[in-house]
Amino acid sequence: MTQMTTDASQCFQLKSASVSLTALELYFFDEQAFEATLRDKISQAPGFFKDIPLVVSLEKYEGVSSELDFFKLIGSCRRHNIHVIGVRGGTDDHRRMARNAALALLPAAASRDAARSQEETTASDSTEATTPVTEKAPEGKPAKIVTQPVRSGQQVYAPEGDLIILAPVQAGAEVLAAGNIHVYGPLRGRALAGIHGATGARVFCQSLEAELVSIAGHYKISEDLQESGWKTAAQILLKDDVLVALPLDKA
Amino acid sequence: MHRFVTHTHKGIAALAKIIVVTSGKGGVGKTTTSASISTGLARRGHKTVVIDFDVGLRNLDLIMNCERRVVYDFVNVIQGEASLNQALIRDKRVDTLYILPASQTREKEALTKEGVEAVINELSETFDYIVCDSPAGIEHGAQMALYYADEAIVVTNPEVSSVRDSDRILGILQSKSRRAEMGQDPVKEHLLLTRYNPERVEKGEMLSVGDVEEILAIPLLGVIPESQVVLNASNQGTPVILEGDSDAGQAYEDAVARLLGEEREHRFMTAQKKGFFSRMFKG
Repeated sequence: MTQMTTDASQCFQLKSASVSLTALELYFFDEQAFEATLRDKISQAPGFFKDIPLVVSLEKYEGVSSELDFFKLIGSCRRHNIHVIGVRGGTDDHRRMARNAALALLPAAASRDAARSQEETTASDSTEATTPVTEKAPEGKPAKIVTQPVRSGQQVYAPEGDLIILAPVQAGAEVLAAGNIHVYGPLRGRALAGIHGATGARVFCQSLEAELVSIAGHYKISEDLQESGWKTAAQILLKDDVLVALPLDKA
Repeated sequence: MHRFVTHTHKGIAALAKIIVVTSGKGGVGKTTTSASISTGLARRGHKTVVIDFDVGLRNLDLIMNCERRVVYDFVNVIQGEASLNQALIRDKRVDTLYILPASQTREKEALTKEGVEAVINELSETFDYIVCDSPAGIEHGAQMALYYADEAIVVTNPEVSSVRDSDRILGILQSKSRRAEMGQDPVKEHLLLTRYNPERVEKGEMLSVGDVEEILAIPLLGVIPESQVVLNASNQGTPVILEGDSDAGQAYEDAVARLLGEEREHRFMTAQKKGFFSRMFKG
């Protein structure tokens, strides 16, 4: 291998990076209830959760501190191929426990600046270069373009950026993207946009006949999509945490 | 006719055209179609072999009326217990047609990729067309039947579950066939709609040709009308294409012509208006 001329002795460099993550907002912890809820969520969109990084948000935790067992929580998630990478917010107690479970400590979402100064005092120097969590959408990522029909049983995944499909997405097929999903044809299968939590992502299709549409984890099944835009050209977006389907000609 | 032998992959000779007849769903008419298409190709002078991939549920030999002449089968050839010439059965009606029957006593796992390749390879040297009659489902047997295909005839009935299963098998053709794995031109797909009943379509009890074409988005090879003739022909061991007077027989003949690149108008897609007398006397 040729070495970099600038710094021949360094084997790596630290770079600042922005990534969107899925946050699990924890209200209380009970292993069985947690496991059941998790299984339920996953069964609704199995492809969505596979191998995703997860941040446990503790800002709204109201349970008893002694019940909060990070090892059990991580274990549950691991069994479902979800990787818990850190916690966000929480009391000092919670954060100490999270640290004992080898989780990264991220500042609380609401008072990020205030928490950051605290963060710097508690976190050791080794964690200083961890990636800051920002709401910024991934920029300049090329869209994935598919020209063949996505057939029943097939899955198309765009881990970064948008997904554009110039063919039908058939019943029993699943399409997933970090960004928006465009289907220039009927959407009859499942479409999951903003799978890393981009709430601004949208789904566009020429005929809305989907089994399920999800944006940043908020989803609607076929039954609940019938009232608006069904079998017409439509876009689906997230408005106040609720999925809304709008006809495209009136957009 | 002189043709060059081109070796594309580990010695599979691209001489014969390999056509898989598949559907995902069972009971839609794969074997009936395999029998008629292969007979139709052979009657036009193309040396054709039809292979029964349905190991354990051997049916093709019944439809082709050669069940009493089976000595060795496909699995025997794969396992080196018989030569291809010992296992191939020559059709008594069309002399350019051969049948390679399935084994009734083995498991589908006896079909190995290498074994199937060797057999198809050997057949490719002497035949023009190899028609592979796929078992139902999407498991090993069905995947072996479609793996080496150049073209696929997807047999579909005009009802939603059959259409859904056809869609699934189309996805597998796109992702798990040799052509897909080698990054070659995709398998050429044809839709063959069988058991079509225009009267029931008009009553809204069946999907129409247009509905199925719209959902599956592949070119239509033919529409075979639902007919008692098909059942009778199967029971007698005659490929229905040989029943030249019947709608179903003619529809298969048209499909073979289209498969060979001829332009033919689609027939038997609209309900026959029954006259007063036929209504009175035939019910």
